[in-house]
Amino acid sequence: MSTATRSVSRTIGAHAILLTYTVIALFPVILVIMNSFKSRAGIFGAPLTPPTPKTFDLIGYTTVIGQGDFIHYFQNSLVVTVASLFFVLLFGAMAAFALSEYRFRGNSLMGLYLALGIMIPIRLGTVAILQLMVASGLVNTLTALILVYTAQGLPLAVFILSEFMKQVSDDLKNAGRIDGLSEYTIFFRLVLPLVRPSMATVAVFTMIPIWNDLWFPLILAPSEETKTVTLGAQLFLGQFVTNWNAVLAALSLAIMPVLILYVIFSRQLIRGITSGAVK
Amino acid sequence: MGSLNIENVKKAFGPVEVLKGINLEVNDGEFVVFVGPSGCGKSTLLRVIAGLEDSTSGRVVIDGADVSATPPAKRGIAMVFQTYALYPHLTVKNNMGLGLKQAGTPAPEIDRRIGIASSMLSLEPYLERRPAELSGGQRQRVAIGRAVVREPKLFLFDEPLSNLDAALRVNTRLEIAQLHRRLKATMIYVTHDQVEAMTLAHKIVVLNAGKIEQIGGPMELYNSPANEFVAGFIGSPKMNFVDGARLGETAKTIGVRPEHLTVDPKSGAWKGTVVHAEHLGADTNLYLDCEKAGLITVRIFGVYDAEPGATLYATPDPAKTYRFGADGKTIK
Repeated sequence: MSTATRSVSRTIGAHAILLTYTVIALFPVILVIMNSFKSRAGIFGAPLTPPTPKTFDLIGYTTVIGQGDFIHYFQNSLVVTVASLFFVLLFGAMAAFALSEYRFRGNSLMGLYLALGIMIPIRLGTVAILQLMVASGLVNTLTALILVYTAQGLPLAVFILSEFMKQVSDDLKNAGRIDGLSEYTIFFRLVLPLVRPSMATVAVFTMIPIWNDLWFPLILAPSEETKTVTLGAQLFLGQFVTNWNAVLAALSLAIMPVLILYVIFSRQLIRGITSGAVK
Repeated sequence: MGSLNIENVKKAFGPVEVLKGINLEVNDGEFVVFVGPSGCGKSTLLRVIAGLEDSTSGRVVIDGADVSATPPAKRGIAMVFQTYALYPHLTVKNNMGLGLKQAGTPAPEIDRRIGIASSMLSLEPYLERRPAELSGGQRQRVAIGRAVVREPKLFLFDEPLSNLDAALRVNTRLEIAQLHRRLKATMIYVTHDQVEAMTLAHKIVVLNAGKIEQIGGPMELYNSPANEFVAGFIGSPKMNFVDGARLGETAKTIGVRPEHLTVDPKSGAWKGTVVHAEHLGADTNLYLDCEKAGLITVRIFGVYDAEPGATLYATPDPAKTYRFGADGKTIK
């Protein structure tokens, strides 16, 4: 049924495009999860078929869990991600508030300086970072990772949040000042709740690269005590032999927390991306 | 309680001078309106009085005490904003009480004051609601209530009616006028709408480009404007300005208000063609393209039939014609 605002052919066309994209985006994820439930022979025999009763095998998961410290790796990943996220959001929002709210000499220069990190990848400084961590005795600690990831996430957070903070009504902040609220109360009680959607956007963009990162855990914290999930999964990747069951199971498990956090934030995320487009 | 002195206040943002030396005296209980076009500095001046902006130089004295270095909350002022600026996460009651709570006022006293303010503004049924559940007019009343409970020395209004629709604007204007009569408090009100200024003020301060053009009562400004700017700004429709040389006058500019012109189809001072006619019922605005005077507006009380293209003669009332010199000042 065609109506004034919809035509059947266009609706079908739009959905076809969206469905194709969904399939392409989900394909690798589904493949990983599917194969993680299969036996080794099943994985190599028919990688594209779902597990059948014949090929179904939990050997990957039992290996991963039996390998002892995987829960611990998970814990490390979670601690690093959550702590970095907390600091990125806290310091990012505070810096953004200062940049957007206060007039001071060098304000725009400071904004540019803070945004520089978006353009220059932090990995370029790996050697210097490693030297710094060695000198300060932070190698093989989670603190090292948290510090590096906070630095990595801040530029984008400051950049995005300061744009959103500018949109918060000046009148509201001034009303707070006249009522005797401190600048901190104005920031935490009046401004932060109003920019919550953009905070969620920043949170997701910050969180995913941290969770998935292999580089810094490998360089700064490769010890058994401080291994993260992505680093832990490398255990099963050998130069000559690779335990694919275990690798796939580990990856499937590693997807879960990101997925859960994404679902929690997604409502806010969409509002954050679209807000400003329509008032 | 509630006098205000502004002594040579200047404010510059970088190289841009927004206020160029403002001197003003407001007596206790007065209703003063700052009026001027956008960008004239009226809101900045209000923010300097409130302490939300530091002045570059000069003094602000409230009740005899120099408050130039006092934070806004300690100045004994209350402010009503154009965008209401209610706290979205608090109920109406808490919105009104927050300032007092911050100042450490005991709870029974806060409740008493909220009771008085809410009955004055008929807000009692909404005390437990949040701002999102209120209409625009109700929100502005809450914002006014929030100012009233503080029992300030000075009320500051920053274009409080600009966000309301026309009917509500008239009602709220009336409420503000009544509020002033009841509280007998000193109020300072910023607007760009000269109708609000004329209807509310004891004293109007006309600002332009960071300077005070004239201070006076509404009728004083209407009847004896100090210069061309004030003459053009006060009164609606705007005063007609005619180049003096075209009329064979010595003054640079001749000004005459639309309501001080009469028209006649047969004879008169300025012959012109009707360009457009606006019929408002109570009066009629005619736009005439005159040979001598150029495009002028004539306001006629009651209904007047005139078709575009018709020829009419306009005659100014000589007693109510203003002469302005080359410097823009009125020639007495």
